[in-house]
Amino acid sequence: MTSAVTRAEVCAIACAEAWRGDGEILASPIGLIPAIGARLARATFEPGLLLTDGEALLGQGTWAIGAQPEVIEGWLPYRAIFDLIYNGKRHVMMSPSQIDAYGNVNISAIGDFRRPKAALLGVRGAPGNTVSHPVSYWVPRHTPRAFVSRVDMVSGIGYDRAAAAGEPAAQYHELRRVVTNLGVLDFGGRSHRMRLASVHPGVAVDQVRAATGFELEVPHHVPVTREPSPAELLLIRSVIDPDGRRDREVGP
Amino acid sequence: MRRKVMTAADVVAELRSGMTVGVGGWGSRRKPMALVRAICRSGLTDLTVVSYGGPDVGMLLAAGKARKLVYGFVSLDSIPLEPHFRAARQAGAIDVAEYGEGMLQWGLYAASCRLPFLPTRAGLGSDVPRVNPGLRMVRSPYDDGKELLAMPALRLDAAIVHASRSDAHGNAQFLGPDPYFDDLFCMAADRAYLSCEKVVPTPELTASAPLQTLRIQRWMVAGVVEAPHGAHFTSCAPDYGRDEDFQREYASAAADPAAWAQFRAAYLDQDEAGYQAAVAARRAGARLD
Repeated sequence: MTSAVTRAEVCAIACAEAWRGDGEILASPIGLIPAIGARLARATFEPGLLLTDGEALLGQGTWAIGAQPEVIEGWLPYRAIFDLIYNGKRHVMMSPSQIDAYGNVNISAIGDFRRPKAALLGVRGAPGNTVSHPVSYWVPRHTPRAFVSRVDMVSGIGYDRAAAAGEPAAQYHELRRVVTNLGVLDFGGRSHRMRLASVHPGVAVDQVRAATGFELEVPHHVPVTREPSPAELLLIRSVIDPDGRRDREVGP
Repeated sequence: MRRKVMTAADVVAELRSGMTVGVGGWGSRRKPMALVRAICRSGLTDLTVVSYGGPDVGMLLAAGKARKLVYGFVSLDSIPLEPHFRAARQAGAIDVAEYGEGMLQWGLYAASCRLPFLPTRAGLGSDVPRVNPGLRMVRSPYDDGKELLAMPALRLDAAIVHASRSDAHGNAQFLGPDPYFDDLFCMAADRAYLSCEKVVPTPELTASAPLQTLRIQRWMVAGVVEAPHGAHFTSCAPDYGRDEDFQREYASAAADPAAWAQFRAAYLDQDEAGYQAAVAARRAGARLD
């Protein structure tokens, strides 16, 4: 018997789908739900993906959150990750603190950069990632504070900035999708503006609109995010996240 | 062959206020904390600190040693945000040059190759050039004519790094999974100082570990300091992991001035031996609880 599918499990599937079709590249999930999604994608429909242990080892097989892979297939210290990024064979899913309609994101500082209201991590790899290879985002709490009309410090660049900065910035720039606790968004709107691609089961379109601090493009028909198959559910619940950490990150 | 073994105090005596100092490691991983603690105890001031930042940055800020930070991020890894860094930034108390992680690597690599800059895509279109108005563009002289960002060399007066093992001459070894960018820090610096868990006779370096662990060679190193547990409380795999419990104590103390004064009195207002003894006593106490 299986209990009802939780919101966290739908989010994990929506994250997994980000890597569909990517083939033999490095999937770099930052955070718990993206990590579940990436392992699920490789265990099912995208077996060619490469995954790290979160540090410098590439592992084979499917291992649980908090555990270590049984088989090591490669060595990927930061130096090699940077080379791989410049080479482009990577698709990262990061968690921004702010994101705008074109996909510009901020993980550096809220408010004036010189004296921020809140100092965050710093721009980290975001400037290089977004001009080098596909990037997706995971936002665990979809709110107007996260989805803003203008981000305070552009760390990873969106479609408008990429176009304005010229070919070296735009050539390899590609934002795939934004997964949130409410739905999935992509950049298929006019001039690559953010568009609602699906709402999670039980979420109304107006709920997503109200939680977004800019005008969201909403197509006539908005599909519902697919639920995991029984086999996928079994993988999530028994193999990848047996401790149920996912439901503590995303409420029902 | 020259023996370069010295004490942390000898290293500090070779540094000067106002210097640009690079710190190896990454976040809260294999930071040369014994050397950082020695700098914190010293009279040095106005340092420019270049780092993939972790508690090294936090400690130097708390001790009033840094005038400027050059970094891609500052984080304690398992605790995402560094409290001293946040406080200094939010008070507007520190000059900063914030770059992408790859830009920082390029700056160190340019310095280590003695080039004025290296071209990169990283940073294009972002606000990194806005907050670093000194950054310039460069046009490819070839038929593509592409305009790229010219990341300037980040030349260091000194670098401090922490390795697993070293011989007395500065041939050093990393036994953990990631050498980070420590060799670039050493090569970008006029003088590099390397602390290590253990100084061993040269033949021991290759007796039980593969050649590829020998990432740092003596030509890069000016001084070697034996500092067991010298990366504490950051990780130094495989000798020890991050002391998560101690890091939590550090982070919660750092968020409150009174608690920080207590933390400083308990651990920092003494020499390295005193620090390590206090940490060991703390650990023994935790086992008794």
